[in-house]
Amino acid sequence: MLSACERSAHMSTRLAKQGRLIDRSKQIVFTFNGKSMLGHPGDTLASALLANDQMLVGRSFKYHRPRGLVASGAEEPNALVGLGSGTRYEPNQRATTTELFEGLAAQSQNHWPSLEFDIGIVNSKLFSRFLTAGFYYKMFMHPKPFWKHVYEPFIRQSAGLGKAPDKELVDADTYEHFYFFADVVIVGGGVAGLQAAKTAAATGAKVLLMEQNAHWGGRAPVDGGTIDGMEAEAWVTKTLDELRAMENVTLRDRMMGAGVYDHGYLLGYERLSDHMPGKPGPRHRLWRIRTKQIITATGAIERPLSFAGNDVPGVMLAASMRDYVVNWGVTPGKRVVIATNNDDAYRTALILKDAGVEVACVVDARRLGGGALAKQVRDAGIRVEDGRAIAKVAEGKRVTKVAICLQNGDGQSIEEIEADAVAMSGGWSPVVHLWSHCGGKLTWDDTQAHFRPDPNRAPLSHDGLPFVSTAGSASGPMGLGAVLSDAAEAGAKAAEAAGLPAQAPVAAVAEDVEETQMEPVWLMPANADIQHRMKSWLDYQNDVKVSDVQLAAREGFESVEHTKRYTTLGMATDQGKLSNINGLAILADSLGSEIPQVGTTTFRPPYHPISMGAIGGEARGEIFQPLRKTPMYAWNDKNGADWEPVGHWRRPFAYIRNGETQHDAVNREVKNTRENLGLLDASTLGKLIVKGPDAGKFLDLMYTNMMSNLKVGKCRYGLMCSENGFLMDDGVVARIDDDTWLCHTTTGGADRIHAHMEEWLQTEWWDMKVFVANVTEQYAQIAVVGPNARKVLEKLGGMDVSKEALPFMEWRDGEIGGFKARAYRISFSGELSYEIAVSASEGQAFWDALMAAGAEFGVMPYGTECLHILRAEKGFIMIGDETDGTVIPQDLGLHWALSKKKEDYIGKRAHSRSHMADPERWQLVGLETVDGSVLPDGAYAVGQGINANGQKNTIGRVTSTYFSASLNRGIAMGLVKHGRKRMGEVISFPGTDGKTYEAKIVDPVVYDKEGAKQDV
Amino acid sequence: MLILTCPYCGATAEETELQAGGEAHLKRFGPGSSDEEFHDYLFVRENPKGVHFERWRHTNGCGKWFHAARCTTSLEVFGTYPAQTTEPPQDIQDKISKKRPGWSWREFSCASAKDAS
Repeated sequence: MLSACERSAHMSTRLAKQGRLIDRSKQIVFTFNGKSMLGHPGDTLASALLANDQMLVGRSFKYHRPRGLVASGAEEPNALVGLGSGTRYEPNQRATTTELFEGLAAQSQNHWPSLEFDIGIVNSKLFSRFLTAGFYYKMFMHPKPFWKHVYEPFIRQSAGLGKAPDKELVDADTYEHFYFFADVVIVGGGVAGLQAAKTAAATGAKVLLMEQNAHWGGRAPVDGGTIDGMEAEAWVTKTLDELRAMENVTLRDRMMGAGVYDHGYLLGYERLSDHMPGKPGPRHRLWRIRTKQIITATGAIERPLSFAGNDVPGVMLAASMRDYVVNWGVTPGKRVVIATNNDDAYRTALILKDAGVEVACVVDARRLGGGALAKQVRDAGIRVEDGRAIAKVAEGKRVTKVAICLQNGDGQSIEEIEADAVAMSGGWSPVVHLWSHCGGKLTWDDTQAHFRPDPNRAPLSHDGLPFVSTAGSASGPMGLGAVLSDAAEAGAKAAEAAGLPAQAPVAAVAEDVEETQMEPVWLMPANADIQHRMKSWLDYQNDVKVSDVQLAAREGFESVEHTKRYTTLGMATDQGKLSNINGLAILADSLGSEIPQVGTTTFRPPYHPISMGAIGGEARGEIFQPLRKTPMYAWNDKNGADWEPVGHWRRPFAYIRNGETQHDAVNREVKNTRENLGLLDASTLGKLIVKGPDAGKFLDLMYTNMMSNLKVGKCRYGLMCSENGFLMDDGVVARIDDDTWLCHTTTGGADRIHAHMEEWLQTEWWDMKVFVANVTEQYAQIAVVGPNARKVLEKLGGMDVSKEALPFMEWRDGEIGGFKARAYRISFSGELSYEIAVSASEGQAFWDALMAAGAEFGVMPYGTECLHILRAEKGFIMIGDETDGTVIPQDLGLHWALSKKKEDYIGKRAHSRSHMADPERWQLVGLETVDGSVLPDGAYAVGQGINANGQKNTIGRVTSTYFSASLNRGIAMGLVKHGRKRMGEVISFPGTDGKTYEAKIVDPVVYDKEGAKQDV
Repeated sequence: MLILTCPYCGATAEETELQAGGEAHLKRFGPGSSDEEFHDYLFVRENPKGVHFERWRHTNGCGKWFHAARCTTSLEVFGTYPAQTTEPPQDIQDKISKKRPGWSWREFSCASAKDAS
């Protein structure tokens, strides 16, 4: 055993040699937690942090344990940082996939008050016994005060990964969607992806090849070997050049295959300027790809080993450690212990030694140790111990000591080795996510101890044939030669499946080093006691340990999906890339079951988190949702319109004048319309033309009342129900000629009712000869309302608008003030009222003419709130206020609109169902507050007794409530149990403001009960 | 993101162009039907793991309703056909029977399962 004095300081540092991706001639200044640091072009944030001896990169989620880098790529669970600031701040960015740039500013997360000293870790000692598997579930069952005063403050303090961006700030970057079509898309630009692309492209297929990193070639340039007689890296460069020269090939780096969906739909996530913020153009581009075939050449991910202290900063995946050395010329330590159950980790030993890093010992859990690579390592003078395990890595902010034990023991330490880094390898799992997204099944491979894609159960496309295949290590980890021939075959087969002529695959040639079989090691040592298992991490990001999964199994969680949710294993932003298989194995062992029987959880897109910006694409700001504007929109806007969204439309709620409140404006509009003359922009009302020999018959089925017997020139108010009887729309129907009706719908209902009619015409009564056209936007419609309505129209001149020539509930075509117009004598206000439709292009001019001519009659425009008050005073219902999808016409006292003569209409059968005919249903009544106040909207009336939850029984609710300027008091309508029989009774509405409102049940019509004013 | 071919306009339509309309070939029950018939018509639907017949509308296209025969597990589409029919065309039925030996029209239905019990 070596003594401590042989080493001065533990540190991670830049090496003198290696670093194929960095440019040592240039320096980049960046900051981490405000501290200035230096890196090189080509560094990732992770490699640059290591070069600056920043081993501690964050705190864990639940226990706030110090955490360092574990991996070098997308699978990294710990090194999540907040990146940038202000309008470019983004939390949870992985240091390993963040390319370094000048001025990069990163903040570590999940700690308070500082990364070095964290209060949470103190908490974790107090609370760790509460934070076992299922801690949320267990805690929710505790008495309320305990939750409120003990758990909640603690959880709130520690919950959440990273900080959300300031909600007041708008993302400074832009994003876009991009559509692409291909024959074959290959995800992954390692040697397998390159080989598959080359073979597929040779057939003439349109090929897209994407690589998530900025560099091509995957692991091969790090792991070494020769391809076609040249260094792997040289072959990668040569193959890339060949592919770039082909017109049928598109190559994209920094683009990840995010998800595979039905029928060859694939999402690609391209990061265009993350490595140079502020670069013109979109930051991310979401590729929406349709392809005939997909090849996943996504490689494999190394698994950690589960030993005590496997989360101490400085413990790293073995292959990632050699990535750091070879790619960026950095080492996480000066003296490394390597623990493995397979031959691959010996490559790390050789590379470390070559780079001048001391390898203290290779601990091989296999009793008989490794093969040819192990021999090379021994020959290089490195100590190798077979059948041994890591008992424990000493706790702390970085690795200092490693205790070694027998793998087949319980963790009794044989010796302690001083080291400042540990490389671990638990074997390799192919990246099966994209394969699995759309139904690809997996098979358990005993020799490699992993799940790999089962080529016989591939995702199927519309034709019932497979559309996803795998290439290289994604098919199941293997040697370089096998990777290349597997990929060549995948490329040829995919092209053929895409309809290209079959070609025999020609694979590049590489020699495989023979490796001794790995042995699964799910717990290190095999019989580790509870003290060790409680410190053996499975899921670093969600802080799930071996002991948590074992506890879940003891508590009866047998399904892997349940265990996942109970323990939160694999539920963090890394989605269990490192932890899933290890967790499954522990669960299977605890259940006394086999891993394939336990199975995996479901893999869902995206493979790796993608930005919300990319999902939104260009749909933001004004084009997030296009607005529908009436022809008078600009005038309304200029004249004080207080806009209200109604469907996709914007309608003036009221026209506010200088010095007025919204309430003042509404009251003024109500009084003026009742006393003088009001104009309403009613253009948004739906207008459907229903035409054809069977139009009358069809409308009799659509409406609850009869429309076929309506006479030409007349109007009728109609109700429409859904097939299960609920009131869905209303409006005035006018008969235009013998086989043409014009149906008005609600503002929000035009498209919906049009679709409803089409559906019945196309799918049920397809023998009927009827056409439906939505002409809503062809007309500008203006309601001219009030005692002076006729006077203004007569002043404009043209058609006869007298009571005799145009009686109430009739319509006429003609000219008004020189405008071709259709005038309907209909009233939603109870006043003398004309709704006049002109061509949309003439809407503004006609409005101007009415305003000018109306000046002497006191004309004022009015908005939707005034419209609502006028109709409520008349007891007219409003779809969406009096109805909510559970209300039937009978509830609203609209029996008169339900035809008894018709054999059938939509909703008729439903109205005879027992619950619909129930006399206990709440009924529409007027509500008059005892003190004249305005009832709160949506308030419930309470009756006698309490329900099972100890709440007062409800006997009704408010559906519409307003202040009526005409009556100078509150008016309301509501649905009340036995309402129509309870006229005069006073009922109570407790408000959320603590007051209780008393209201008398009255007739809903409170203004001009006889209807005399509208019919003059 | 399914792709279905609209039998009216011939477009190979993306799911975003389409609107799903639930199970196809429902028989409407109106006035005069029993409570049970009407209840089943309104609320009871097939939810098969396998062959299914669905209504789709080419909403952001020609606007026509059509039917699709597809497998809910493998996502295979056996065919699409106009909605003006009470049962799938024979050629589509034959195609499904060939691919799913033992399958025949309406044998999947829960109504017939109820009859059998």
